Amino acid sequence: MAKRIDISDLNIFYGNFRAVADVTVSIEPRSVTALIGPSGCGKSTFLRSINRMHEVLPGARVEGKVAMDGQDLYGPDVDPVDVRRQVGMVFQRPNPFPTMSIYDNVAAGIRLNARKMSKTDLDALVERSLQGANLWREVRDRLNRPASGLSGGQQQRLCIARAIAVEPDVLLMDEPASALDPISTLAIEDLMTELKERFTIVVVTHNMQQAARVSEQTGFFNLSAAGQPGRLIEFNSTEKIFSNPDEKATEDYISGRFG
Amino acid sequence: MTTTSAPQTRAPRAVRRLGDRLFAGSARGAGIAILLVLAGVAGFLVVDSIPALVAPPQDVPGGEGVAAYIAPLLFGTVLAAAIAVVVATPLGVAIALFLTHYAPRRLAHGLGYVVDLLAAIPSIVYGFWGIFWLAPRLVPFYEWAEEHLGFLPFFAGPASATGRTMLTAGLVLAVMILPIVSAISREVFSQVPTLHREAALALGATRWEMIRLAVLPYGRSGVIGGAMLGLGRALGETLAIALVLSVSAGTVTFNLISSTNPSTIAANIALQFPESSGIDVNTLIASGLALFVVTLAVNVIARAVVNRRADFSGAN
Repeated sequence: MAKRIDISDLNIFYGNFRAVADVTVSIEPRSVTALIGPSGCGKSTFLRSINRMHEVLPGARVEGKVAMDGQDLYGPDVDPVDVRRQVGMVFQRPNPFPTMSIYDNVAAGIRLNARKMSKTDLDALVERSLQGANLWREVRDRLNRPASGLSGGQQQRLCIARAIAVEPDVLLMDEPASALDPISTLAIEDLMTELKERFTIVVVTHNMQQAARVSEQTGFFNLSAAGQPGRLIEFNSTEKIFSNPDEKATEDYISGRFG
Repeated sequence: MTTTSAPQTRAPRAVRRLGDRLFAGSARGAGIAILLVLAGVAGFLVVDSIPALVAPPQDVPGGEGVAAYIAPLLFGTVLAAAIAVVVATPLGVAIALFLTHYAPRRLAHGLGYVVDLLAAIPSIVYGFWGIFWLAPRLVPFYEWAEEHLGFLPFFAGPASATGRTMLTAGLVLAVMILPIVSAISREVFSQVPTLHREAALALGATRWEMIRLAVLPYGRSGVIGGAMLGLGRALGETLAIALVLSVSAGTVTFNLISSTNPSTIAANIALQFPESSGIDVNTLIASGLALFVVTLAVNVIARAVVNRRADFSGAN
């Protein structure tokens, strides 16, 4: 449960192109860490390197070290499939399995892990996960209806329920509220605050108010010019980043004087 | 409702541009044309079968009436097509999955082209291939099947010495419809949204689990559609069957490896038509009507199967 992540000298490549350069950072357990920065600066790539999802693209590779409570996620005999079972992910656009019911969506991860579970236990787990995602009261009467019938905000909370059902150590969120209306966004933010009691949460966001509201730590990514790799410019407590950042570039970015 | 009553104000007529009107008109015309052609074909089949349907049984070829003449043909048609679909669908889906999710991109491109090329081969060539190449090579297998699997009605034997059996015909049809099934499956598999695939992978799915969770459910209706298109072609295939299959009129048997086989409707029409006249022609047309009805029914059923879980199709 809720492990710390230590990243040192991480470089991420797509083929010959270096997308992210020299990131060294420690992410605390049981807290929300926000990553901000302009588009194309590598923060999503960096996020996806924590559960090795960036490897889905051909030619992607990393140099450096990502360790979760000391366990090297890029060790020679580490299967990325196992990494992803420990590090859950929520995407920018809600992506429940459209061909599955609400219930089956939540149960999908458990069934993948081939954990034998009685129907009663599975029912309880699905209910607990949906409650954890603040969705239970809205869907308990229609668990067998298709997930695609839910609203966007509900679908995103369903994706969160699906991710937390397998009890990951870390939860990655890639702009989880950017496709949602303000009320659904608020619901997701409240949820993050609740979930950080149990998980290490890393969230990429373009919404700086959101970063300020939900996170304890904030990292600012930037790139010096197009075609250059993105770098972690500053990593500090959220309070400091938004009041008195160490770097001039951070201050320019958060105050809107960017570029 | 009570205070505002102004019946004289009409909703303003929407402005419709000439281009829009022309396009809408021609699209509507094309849609109607399809229905007219279909109705014309159906009408022709019905009208020209009537003489055979009302004729006294002894005048119809076979001497036992139209139904007795058509039934074995219909049986043969459905049997051959069923073998083809049962063999080609899993194979086509496997090819499509390999090309979209396993093969390196460059290999996939070339291989996909080769599979598509199979569709461009004329059916007469498949017929020759079936009779001269495939059939003799299947004979040892048929003999083995008769000996070891003879307890199954499909392999009761006696095994054909030429290999020109129902199973050979079904396999030739399977090869013919393989490109249809695999091309359509490949198309739908390659359109599975990245979002769905990443959803599965991020949960810790292996590649095969990702295919099961995201790709196959998304492509399901497309695969069924491809199989139905293939079935349609297999039901109507004429020349390959006419060449390959060794037929005995009026046979109805599930024995797939003997030299006594029912013919199929399309092959029978092709073989009999040149020597037919009068009521014989009407009988052949009646068999064509039966084929038309079966094909229509297959399509309706397939559509119903696809729509039954439309809520879950992912299209909404």
